[in-house]
Amino acid sequence: MTDLIKIYIPKETSACSVGADSIAEKINLLTQEHQHISIVRNGSWGAFWLEPFVEIEINGKRTGSSYLNKDISHLSSIEEFIDDFNKSKPFNILETEFIKQQTRLVFSRIGLQNPLDVDEYCNSGGYKGLEKSFEIGQQKTIDEIKKSGLNGRGGAAFPTGIKMQTVFDQEAKTKYVACNADEGDGGTFSDRLIMECDPFSLIEGMTIAAYSVGASHGYIYLRSEYPLAKYFLTEAIQILKSNNLLGENILGKNFTFDIELRIGAGSYVCGEETAMMESIEGKRGLVRSKPPLPAIKGLFNKPTLINNVITLASISAILLQGNEVFSQFGSGKSLGTMPYQLCGNIKQGGLIEVPFGITLNEMIYDFGAGTLSDKPVHAVQIGGPLGIYLPAHLFNTPLTVESLIDINGALGHGGVIVFDDSTNMALQAKFAMDFCQKESCGKCTPCRIGSVRGVELIDKIYNGTAVKADRILLEELCETMETTSLCAMGGMTPNPVRSIMKYFPNEMTN
Amino acid sequence: MSSLKEIDHGTPAVASTKTLSAKINGVSITVTEGTSIMRAASLNGIEIPKLCASDNLESFGSCRLCIVDHKDRTGFGYPSSCTTPITEGMDVTTHNEKLTHLRKNLMELYISDHPLDCNTCSADGDCELQDQASELNLLGANNILKPTRFNSIKNDHLGQPIDSSNPYFNFDPEKCIVCSRCVRACNEVQGTYALSLHDRSYDTQIKPGIAENFLESECVSCGACVQSCPTGSLIEKTVVEKGIPDKAVLTTCGYCGVGCSFKAELKNDEVVRMTPSKDGKANHGHSCVKGRFAWGYTNHVDRITKPMIREKITDSWQEVSWDRAVSFAADKLTKIQKEYGKQSIGGITSARTTNEEAFIVQKLIRTAFGNNNVDTCARVCHSPTGYGLKQTFGTSAGTQNFDSVLESDVIFVIGANPVVAHPVFASQIKKRIRQGAKLIVADPRRTEMVESPHIKADYHLPLLPGSNVPLINAFSHIAVTENLIDQNYIDQRCDIETFNDWKEFISLDIHAPENIEIATGLNATQIREAARLYASGKNSAIYYGLGVTEHSQGSTMVMGMANLAMATGNVGSVGCGVNPLRGQNNVQGSCDMGSFPHELAGYQPIENDTLRGAFEKKWQVTIQNKPGMRSLNMFDAAIAGKFKGIYIQGEDFVQSEPNIQHVEEAFKSMECVIVQDLFLTETASYAHVFFPATSFLEKDGTFTNAERRINRVRPIMEPISGKHEWEITQDLALAMGYQMNYSSSSEIMDEISQLAPTFKGVSFDKLDKLGSVQWPCNDEAPEGTPIMHIGEFVKGKGTFILTEYVPTTERANRKYPLLLTTGRNLTQYNVGTQTRRTANIIWGEDDVLEIHPADASTRGINNETLVLLRSRKGETTLKAVITENIPLGVVYTTFHNPETGANVVTTENSDWATNCPEYKVTAVEVEPAEHRSEWQINRAKELAQFRQIKST
Repeated sequence: MTDLIKIYIPKETSACSVGADSIAEKINLLTQEHQHISIVRNGSWGAFWLEPFVEIEINGKRTGSSYLNKDISHLSSIEEFIDDFNKSKPFNILETEFIKQQTRLVFSRIGLQNPLDVDEYCNSGGYKGLEKSFEIGQQKTIDEIKKSGLNGRGGAAFPTGIKMQTVFDQEAKTKYVACNADEGDGGTFSDRLIMECDPFSLIEGMTIAAYSVGASHGYIYLRSEYPLAKYFLTEAIQILKSNNLLGENILGKNFTFDIELRIGAGSYVCGEETAMMESIEGKRGLVRSKPPLPAIKGLFNKPTLINNVITLASISAILLQGNEVFSQFGSGKSLGTMPYQLCGNIKQGGLIEVPFGITLNEMIYDFGAGTLSDKPVHAVQIGGPLGIYLPAHLFNTPLTVESLIDINGALGHGGVIVFDDSTNMALQAKFAMDFCQKESCGKCTPCRIGSVRGVELIDKIYNGTAVKADRILLEELCETMETTSLCAMGGMTPNPVRSIMKYFPNEMTN
Repeated sequence: MSSLKEIDHGTPAVASTKTLSAKINGVSITVTEGTSIMRAASLNGIEIPKLCASDNLESFGSCRLCIVDHKDRTGFGYPSSCTTPITEGMDVTTHNEKLTHLRKNLMELYISDHPLDCNTCSADGDCELQDQASELNLLGANNILKPTRFNSIKNDHLGQPIDSSNPYFNFDPEKCIVCSRCVRACNEVQGTYALSLHDRSYDTQIKPGIAENFLESECVSCGACVQSCPTGSLIEKTVVEKGIPDKAVLTTCGYCGVGCSFKAELKNDEVVRMTPSKDGKANHGHSCVKGRFAWGYTNHVDRITKPMIREKITDSWQEVSWDRAVSFAADKLTKIQKEYGKQSIGGITSARTTNEEAFIVQKLIRTAFGNNNVDTCARVCHSPTGYGLKQTFGTSAGTQNFDSVLESDVIFVIGANPVVAHPVFASQIKKRIRQGAKLIVADPRRTEMVESPHIKADYHLPLLPGSNVPLINAFSHIAVTENLIDQNYIDQRCDIETFNDWKEFISLDIHAPENIEIATGLNATQIREAARLYASGKNSAIYYGLGVTEHSQGSTMVMGMANLAMATGNVGSVGCGVNPLRGQNNVQGSCDMGSFPHELAGYQPIENDTLRGAFEKKWQVTIQNKPGMRSLNMFDAAIAGKFKGIYIQGEDFVQSEPNIQHVEEAFKSMECVIVQDLFLTETASYAHVFFPATSFLEKDGTFTNAERRINRVRPIMEPISGKHEWEITQDLALAMGYQMNYSSSSEIMDEISQLAPTFKGVSFDKLDKLGSVQWPCNDEAPEGTPIMHIGEFVKGKGTFILTEYVPTTERANRKYPLLLTTGRNLTQYNVGTQTRRTANIIWGEDDVLEIHPADASTRGINNETLVLLRSRKGETTLKAVITENIPLGVVYTTFHNPETGANVVTTENSDWATNCPEYKVTAVEVEPAEHRSEWQINRAKELAQFRQIKST
């Protein structure tokens, strides 16, 4: 009898962008007559430089190899393929430093299995979290989250348990849970990885959240640029419905919860929670003023729990593993693990889930292995397009919520973009204003007009035609945007500009 | 914008019983919970800079000028005071160096994208951007915006073309600051949703929806956007032409029965614009296209400003002095009475004049004429309301104030299309619907009330014209048989004997919805569900229009609604009631003033010796103790040769009365027809004396609106004709030998208050002090009565009246298979005398016939082609418009245009109790037409002759 063989080929956007689908197609052709070989379209491990990372499992032993730029179209049999694979020095990814150094509490399943196999999900602890939540009840579930110290992972780092408590405390017949999956920061992908590689964990987290706050309807607001995530979420919702894990009387309990998937229309600012609500309501994506807080008056004017994908996925992880497992890591307001997303000019980019507090040096060199161009790292931008640029002498800064605030930045959604010394920092400063100019919702004046004037001023400084008054004006403009903007979009746009003016002052002029 | 600044607290008032204490700039304040910092400051005399906030709009928070600081503020940002509510113990600072610095920087951003040409801008001096710049020292010489420090601007919005497509206002996008107030006003105040923000970020611009320009858009020209614009971006064309007004006079609109308060804004004593007054209790600062913009008729070239006389109607008119005209008229009337007897003359009071002017005309008739032959145009609109509500509740008026609708849970609109006929109140209804109230609409047509942006009636009952009574009876039947009535209310408040009789009557199976499907053309299940909705609503309100009254069972229907409202406990508290939507500015008032042949002012029966005695004593005459002739009787008597002279104050019978040919014959039979009007109306063609009247801009007096609100009308100029209308009437009385010597309209009101108990507390002084009062205004209610019948009906116990359905004799048959019903459109008003003489004609001045596609196709009628409309009474031609908004078998037209003469086809059928004509049901046939009808051609010729004025 022949050994059973499983071939894992990831079905995930970055893997697919470098040919995972055509590899899968080819292998599928080659295995048509081989009953003992099955193909698993797993998620990505988040080690993007390896993609497409193909793994073969024989006798429970699983090894993999990168198929980046590898042509397999000439292969004529599966034996030939396996032979070729074995010659490529396959390795067990779990034994690589990149994975070994991580603490994957929330991303524990990505890469491991078929994201749409509900049995595998349940066998790996899935829906144990919801069962526990049902068992301990609403308030204790919220307490569990409070104790874990989980903060929102979307960018604002607001304590999740307190937000849940606020929604729970509202006396309203109708409440909503809304998942913000409008992951718009350039260089970030952790939400996408959860949605493509472990969508059930997100939905379970939403279900627990909905149960604990008393909501019966949920929305996932997904950016249109994530078609594969849309596929996985659509399938996942369908599968869970047919397994009584969504819909009426979930797990036999008198609790009903449905999820509707809403696709955005290409607006960055619709990832801002109030603009997102407007968009879900079918309106123009304009930012709303706070107060009222969405937790009190949110979607359709009802109390609404809005959380980012990672936050909600963390809820199922915390309920499954217990709050201590989470809160044992980190310190202060930065408890648990944080999925950093390393990208830009870097050799080994990808998802890095580690406890809060890792330094940039560790991230760039221990995980990332330095720049792809092999030139010195010149700057790192943290927290998306509205994040600050740090110079090399600050690379020992521990990456926590507090430490970034201390240096006038924000950890945000955890994006880390590496730049080498060929980077034109003035253009990066201009990019910040230009990004705001293009993506502002257009409601408040400092953001709507200020960003345009910002671009013009930086241009002037870059061209060398600026006088001292123009620099003062830019400073004042940054202050005005920061202190008077309606939302964080306009409020944080000055951050990258100011950080470049501060840390790279000589690079503002051509 | 509006000159003569009204205080704008920035955000709307909040209703709450809880109050909070806080400090603003160190001063302790107390406000209602939920009040914004901005409003709290403003209420305490502290003005926080703002551009996007206005207290008629929900807070928005876009301009950021209103940022403030407070002790508990965290983070980098300063909160906007418009969006941040006061919290207990809050310690707010509204002005300090930092805030001023930031505000200045924000203003610089605005100015960096704005033209720097204030001195040539039409809004110079009436611009909030300029005001804020001034506060922050950003204005240069001549109050022109100073150039900003941003001197390398590459992107701006300057040089875009002005949209001047709307006849009344311009939109200049380069002056727009994208505060969105116009968009929000269109949505929140007007409820039309015509405007929108286009694109995002710096490219955000205001657009009239998907249309190319304002005129082609869904804009209804209510003016709310123009009113709300803080700059000169949206501006009245008259301001562009004449400049910013420097004076304002508070007055009342002269169009419909909503009675909106307006500021007539003047420059050099000439009207520049009419802007709705925020303090107006009927309109709260809102307006419609007619009141806001269509006032140009007041100085139209067609206006007659000199008295005229002639012996025969075929003679040319001759302009004469006032003395000559008055003595000519007096002599003729005296002579007629001598020859044909006391009853041979009479008069008509107008629903368009002031209370004082109407009162004095009926006084003239009861004194100088010595008879009771007085009637008013309410005869042809809401006389059944007066009758029906008096029989059941005890007063001839609606029960609520307009604001009551904001507390209704179920709104039942019957036979009314307020969106076009009472637009300002319709906006209030729509607001309430958007807040979640339920809506039932009974109307043959799919009107804008049935479905429009963010509005959808829960039930639309497209009943056949003439079947109101079976419908309302079915509603009551369901309420009674399904035990949805309020027995407790009935026991306490109503006459039990009449209730029991009625209960037995209404429980009969003939009233079951299943048994009226054929009569009404409606589905029984729908009726049942709608009736349950009305009957089980917490506060259910009925609003109705002429679709109720202008039927041969108009009075029955009014009483049917009253029965239903009483049975379900929906009279006498806020949010409910039975409410007529009155068509004319003072139709309520003219009725109140004793304009009916059987009633003296304040609805006091002429036959009651004591009540009449009070008038006789005051007036020093003997008043006849029997009712005089109604207008229809006068016309019949004229044709019979017994009625020869009539004094008509502002009513155009020859266009507005049904069966025009009959009316024309009546007028031709008279020897002295006196018309007092602004223009040579259709009726004036048959007159011997023409007294030039005053427009509402010249009047000094009061109008009473549909909610019984007495509003002041103040003159902005002397009468163009040289005489106030009350002076004309007084002169006529004197010439006929009856002494009148009022020296002002205020004195007339004083006399009214002495004679009519419901007006006892009314005086011009009080109105000037309080703004307005709703009658009854007396010792018990010195400040008026917003809602009637609280605790007890005016008549004591509410009376139930049996409402048996007697169908009209006007039925469709093979020769006349369609039913014609009539109504209005938004931009034209009544017979169009005024609105046809304004730029409103850009939206069309012709009456059109709406017809269902199937009815059109079987007759070979194409859209927008001429058709002949024929009834048993006459025929006319007009254009057909094919639409599914009208049900099969029903056609619809308006009566705005004399050339159409829609009333040439309507019949003399009328309400059994009040003779209100049955305009709403005429059996007709429609066929394609090649040319105008014979009647139209002949009439045009004849009228041209009757209208000649001798050149002097």
